[in-house]
Amino acid sequence: MKHTLSVLVENKPGVLMRITSMFARRGFNIDSLAVGPTERHDVSCVTIRVDCASSPLEQIEKQMHKLVNVLRVAELVPGESIERELVLMKVSAPPAKRAELMALGEVFGARVVDLGPDSIIFELTGPPEDVDSFEELVRPHGLQELVRTGRIGLGRAHRPNRNRPRQHVLA
Amino acid sequence: MRMNGADAILRSLEAEGVEVAFGLPGGAILPLYDAFARGTTVRHVLARHEQGAGHMAQGYARASGRVGVAIATSGPGATNLVTPIADAWMDSTPLVCITGQVRSNLIGSDAFQECDITGITIPIVKHSWLVQDVEELPHVLKAAFHVARTGRCGPVLVDVPRDIQEAEFDFSYPDTVSLPGWKPPRRGHERQILAAAHAIAAAERPILYVGGGVLNADATEELLVLAETARLPVVTTLMAKGGFPETHELHAGWPGMHGPKWSNYALNKADLIIAVGSRFDDRVTGKVSAFAPGATVIHLDIDAAEISKIRHADIPVVGPLKPVLAEIGRILTDARRPGATEPWLRQIAEWRDTYPLRYRRDGDMLKPQFVLETLQALTAGRDDVVFTTGVGQHQMWAMQYLRCDVPRSFITSGGLGTMGYGIPAAVGAKAARPDATVVCVDGDGCFQMTQQELATSVLEDLPIVVVIVNNGYLGMVRQWQDMFFEERFSQIRLTHTVPDYAALARAYGGEGFTVESEDDLEPALVEALACGRTAVVDARVDPREHCFPMIPAGAAALDLVEFEEVVTKVGA
Repeated sequence: MKHTLSVLVENKPGVLMRITSMFARRGFNIDSLAVGPTERHDVSCVTIRVDCASSPLEQIEKQMHKLVNVLRVAELVPGESIERELVLMKVSAPPAKRAELMALGEVFGARVVDLGPDSIIFELTGPPEDVDSFEELVRPHGLQELVRTGRIGLGRAHRPNRNRPRQHVLA
Repeated sequence: MRMNGADAILRSLEAEGVEVAFGLPGGAILPLYDAFARGTTVRHVLARHEQGAGHMAQGYARASGRVGVAIATSGPGATNLVTPIADAWMDSTPLVCITGQVRSNLIGSDAFQECDITGITIPIVKHSWLVQDVEELPHVLKAAFHVARTGRCGPVLVDVPRDIQEAEFDFSYPDTVSLPGWKPPRRGHERQILAAAHAIAAAERPILYVGGGVLNADATEELLVLAETARLPVVTTLMAKGGFPETHELHAGWPGMHGPKWSNYALNKADLIIAVGSRFDDRVTGKVSAFAPGATVIHLDIDAAEISKIRHADIPVVGPLKPVLAEIGRILTDARRPGATEPWLRQIAEWRDTYPLRYRRDGDMLKPQFVLETLQALTAGRDDVVFTTGVGQHQMWAMQYLRCDVPRSFITSGGLGTMGYGIPAAVGAKAARPDATVVCVDGDGCFQMTQQELATSVLEDLPIVVVIVNNGYLGMVRQWQDMFFEERFSQIRLTHTVPDYAALARAYGGEGFTVESEDDLEPALVEALACGRTAVVDARVDPREHCFPMIPAGAAALDLVEFEEVVTKVGA
């Protein structure tokens, strides 16, 4: 079972290393990880996709809470949150194939951000599942290079179940 | 007040009430030592090796209940602190380590004695700081002491580049600490406390399984009241030894790998385990799936991450143990059922009488157990004796045969199992308790890892008594090779005679005694304990003696092997 955790941390040197080192030491598996600034200049957000096959989510959250620079750990619950990921992919595109590929991109809302004699670079932002689907459809055409940012997310603006505890603050 | 960073470090330590620091100078920490020379109320104890300094700070912390402070230079000085830091991490010992670092402009250039000690220690510290601006220094030190001693205790590291130690600024020590992400629990959940109390009141065969957390929480009084109020038997782990009076009728011994059979029976056949500041360590549980199969578990701990980490907790209570235990005790004063646990207590007493610790006093050689029994007899009833140990067979015999009735009187390396812990820890304990007689029960292997700190003991006027249970071997390894590797002894022979430990003790300026027979033992111990000087008693014992009982690694606790039983389980 995989879960996405949104972790607010103090924007201090070494914070990411403390988190990843703890994951490595305790044998927790990271699927993807994205780090970036938030609305507060002194706070960063680490979005971690974790595989809880070997360790329960609760243990991972608690261990993260013990890190001094970690301010909040919240799970992005599917259905109650918006998750997005950005992908860039370079696909083989001889002139005869271009139109077909571009039509495919259009269906997914992917943008063509660069065009060469034999290849196209697509940019797609969307739910990670859409990115997966687009990747699979494009792959048979000759996927030369691909990079994904890892997912980021936010709790929904409108949440009917606002009272439901969604984060474990151990204060 | 205007001063440089080095002086600011000492003013900060003084503001924290630090009385003694243990360390060893070197290049990158020279400005701090220059500040020592200018004067401070902090006593500096000069160790002979930074590992010794670290273990001394641990011994000091464990004997006093205060934060231990260790100081080292950059590079090798700092890496020599890694073992004590890892040890303090495993055993939750509050420790502030201050290391020098190369100048800020040299960091990252592979400068002489440069090493990324904050990076190296990340997995074994609660937190660490590399100070990059002298203005931060007082805030960092304030935070360091705060983090080390709040929540679950543990080590922190402050790395201070040399130019930061030399930089001048206006010093003032902050009153408060700003750590928005550090919020240890301040009270237990009321409903959970009530649920715990009700479960205890309803249990037929309850037992308190007490770990080192009870000492860190200073909750031994509350524990005693709770146990007596509800008439609960108590097993104390190696880390909790002394946390509950061991001559008390409710004390049910020590659980785990070398605990007596009756203690393991009591813990494993209970219907309710009340874990108090303990963490279901593999040395206690044996095979986890077979551990205490019929027990409901109440887990009281300051560290939420310990709840259900190994064994599912039916009733978790996260919070400081002192008020939590007091509150449960208070509720049980009203809710108890008089006499409810008496059949269970009688059952445990019956097991105790049926399965005592056993060994055979035969042959020409002194038996290690007899050494510990004699030491116990000579120190019985004294509340001014502090024991430390190394790691191995002697440590387990010390656990089995010494009786500790007062908190902080037994200091040992439990989680990390650091050989050589005993001597420096004893020196640190003596600094914390100058009035006490500090006895290090050591092995001959352990002794040779940190013996140089005898010089510290002698010259710093911190006399300790070292009793070497000298079997001439790496004894615990010998036992495993004998039991589980078909007697293929490999690289374990140290000999009883090289070095001559008594002569070595004299070479360091202390007293030395060599004991080879039962008759010589008591007079030597009596003289060593009374001489008031650093003394080493080299008790040469039978190397064939194994430590029993034993739960073979990977076996269920209830399948432990007793003295003179055939071992059928193979260790994993």
